Amino acid sequence: MEEKQTRLVEAAPQIHHPDSTAKIMWTVSLCLAPAGIWGVYVFGIRVLAVLGVSILSAMLAEYGMARAAGRENPLGDGSAFLTGLLIGYNLPPAIPYHIPVLASLFAIVIVKWTFGGLGRNWMNPALAGRVFVFFSWTGEMTNWTMPRTMDAADTVSGASVLGFIKSGLIDYQGSARGPMEFLRGSGYPQSSADVRATEWLRGIFGEGVPGGYWDLFVGNVPGSLGEVSALLLLLGAAYLLYRKIITWEIPVSYLLSFSLLVWIFGGFDFNAGIFSGDVFFHLFSGGLILGAFYMATDMVTSPLSRRGMLIYGVGVGFFTFLIRIYGSFPEGVSLAIILMNIFVPMINRYSTRRIFGVAEEKGSSV
Amino acid sequence: MKGTKTYPKGGVHPPDSKSRSEHKALKNALIPQILTVPLAQHLGKPAEIAVQVGDEVREGTLLGKSSGFISAPVHSPVPGKVKEIRDVYLGNGLKSPAVIIEMEGEFDRSGKEQERHDWRGLSGEELLQLISESGIVGLGGATFPTHVKFSIPKGKKAELFVVNGVECEPYLTIDHRLMLEKTDELLEGVEIIQKIIQPERIAVGIEENKPDAIEVMEKRISERGMNIEVVPLELKYPQGDEKLLIKAITGQEVPSGGLPIDIGAVVSNAGTVYSIYEAVVFRKPLIERFVTVSGGAIKDPSNLKVRIGTSIGDLIEECGGFSEVPEKIVVGGPMTGTAVYDLDTPVIKGTSGVLALTSKEVKSSRRTACLSCGRCIEACPMGLNPTILFKLVDHLKYDESLDNGLMDCRECGSCGFVCPARIPLVQGFKLGKRMARKKKG
Repeated sequence: MEEKQTRLVEAAPQIHHPDSTAKIMWTVSLCLAPAGIWGVYVFGIRVLAVLGVSILSAMLAEYGMARAAGRENPLGDGSAFLTGLLIGYNLPPAIPYHIPVLASLFAIVIVKWTFGGLGRNWMNPALAGRVFVFFSWTGEMTNWTMPRTMDAADTVSGASVLGFIKSGLIDYQGSARGPMEFLRGSGYPQSSADVRATEWLRGIFGEGVPGGYWDLFVGNVPGSLGEVSALLLLLGAAYLLYRKIITWEIPVSYLLSFSLLVWIFGGFDFNAGIFSGDVFFHLFSGGLILGAFYMATDMVTSPLSRRGMLIYGVGVGFFTFLIRIYGSFPEGVSLAIILMNIFVPMINRYSTRRIFGVAEEKGSSV
Repeated sequence: MKGTKTYPKGGVHPPDSKSRSEHKALKNALIPQILTVPLAQHLGKPAEIAVQVGDEVREGTLLGKSSGFISAPVHSPVPGKVKEIRDVYLGNGLKSPAVIIEMEGEFDRSGKEQERHDWRGLSGEELLQLISESGIVGLGGATFPTHVKFSIPKGKKAELFVVNGVECEPYLTIDHRLMLEKTDELLEGVEIIQKIIQPERIAVGIEENKPDAIEVMEKRISERGMNIEVVPLELKYPQGDEKLLIKAITGQEVPSGGLPIDIGAVVSNAGTVYSIYEAVVFRKPLIERFVTVSGGAIKDPSNLKVRIGTSIGDLIEECGGFSEVPEKIVVGGPMTGTAVYDLDTPVIKGTSGVLALTSKEVKSSRRTACLSCGRCIEACPMGLNPTILFKLVDHLKYDESLDNGLMDCRECGSCGFVCPARIPLVQGFKLGKRMARKKKG
């Protein structure tokens, strides 16, 4: 027999599921791509440069830390790339270049590697990086670019929808019964595609439908460069769910609990009473879709068991609602996820399963 | 298939890869010139050497005596001469003394009409004795001495006997072929067992990917007028695990740390039942077993009846050799088997398969840190938390790992199969168990 060959000898099992760490990371990155391409399209080529800077700094930091720790080059596993990509997606298109560098460094060096690198961090690195630069350079972090698809030729920069409403509501005396009516009443720009889409929606749901939903859904709004297109993010998320790289528990419990709370209490800001919050507006504005499908689902910083994931998702939904509706920040996704990251060890500890052949009381902590 | 049963949680779905060999009829493998027959082929104490270098042996001559209650004798698979006695490495990675036999002289059994012995007049004890003397062990891979399993402890009763025809390991198709081709022999084997352990109920568990076997078994059972229930089972690994199979069929759980007999169940693999038939009807010790030779790198996958002690290299050669360079050579099934580098590794009683796998089939990738994805928890059929358990073992926290059910691990490999970080979870648990036992004294 032919003997001159190397054979792999490892412990059972001898075959594996096709998903490896690297495959998971690169697939998530790939699923994020359409939303990023949309960002480049609506905000301009500068978006690519910002993404390049954040990804490159994250990868350099990862490489440097791995070398310092005496480990093999980890860049192939795609996790630093994904962190850099997500940091970029969470920044305004006009961000000065030093900010993505600092956000990536903070994420990789402080949040990820001080705990030991991949798999050991308790806080989502990308979000931690974003929150770090948000509080350090709030002005730059809230300087939004108008998408080219919006008919606002005279304005280059403006407020995000959530920011616009948050500040506009401070002494609001008007009669708008919801955020969309408020935006339209205040002359917030709208794309021509949205005008057509609104016509169509009114044909179905009646004349009361305010304009703006189409813009929110497809991403004709100012916002972080990768978060604006809910449509394309959902498309990528559908693939991740189909490939079982993420499971439904976190996004569904997150979005459902958040929607429920917004529906019940979201109307008070507009004197519209209970059970009248605008769920669609809140679902598709800001970073909610990006957060729910791509960041709250981060394996390392979310619970292990399905039941734990449900609890965690509800918690993120609750905190997002609290911060967005009652807090002083217009957003809330990043902080809510980070807050719930803190609870993950506790959730894991208390979501136990019964071991086969053992009576109900004794169980293994998950 | 509708109405299939299964166990409630966990399990994985590796590609079953059985189409390569499931339509290949069983056939006798060529008998090699040199055979390597290890003395430690079973769970428990190794057999005690009973021959010396230079001894002439015949087909079925005792090479190693059973050395205790939980032990089994080893017999010569061929006539010939004891050439050497030395240590060899087995497919499972362990070292064992082995008798090297050079074949020569005439066969007593092969190629001859074998005399049938009437066993119906024998008592249960006499049958059990025959099984014990024939060196029968569990051929599903666990190699637990069968006479021990069938010696029902005082105060316990065998209520249910299950023939394990699940064959949930991917690639393996010998039990499938046995059920198709040796249906009557198997059923006579069941009758023998019935006489020994006297169960109230008998069931055959077969996974739904073998509808022809389910059909043939059902047909012959009703034609023979036997009271045996064929239970179709959902295609899900590790459906063939003893404890999970009992759970699927009866809904009852073998208590943690206990044996199936604790809830009145006895399970035997189809191949074992066939060997019992041969041992009792032909007074033939366990010197042959069925082996599936398969995998993407095998030219002509086959189901072979192989003499114990034949090298896996001989089998691969008989199956046309390699069609491409294999990444791994596996002894046993792909989920629980061992990767070996030595083609001289002998087939032993527990060798159910010899697989040459390509890199496409293995899907190995670099080990990374645990991502806490939770897939192992999802996959574990025993309700364990493999990622936490592994960390506990890794940090030498044996007491805590025992509290978290380390000993309940069935070593099925489901967690390791799904782990994207390719953490050697099962290896860790095996090590942990050994260390914990050692610590206990």
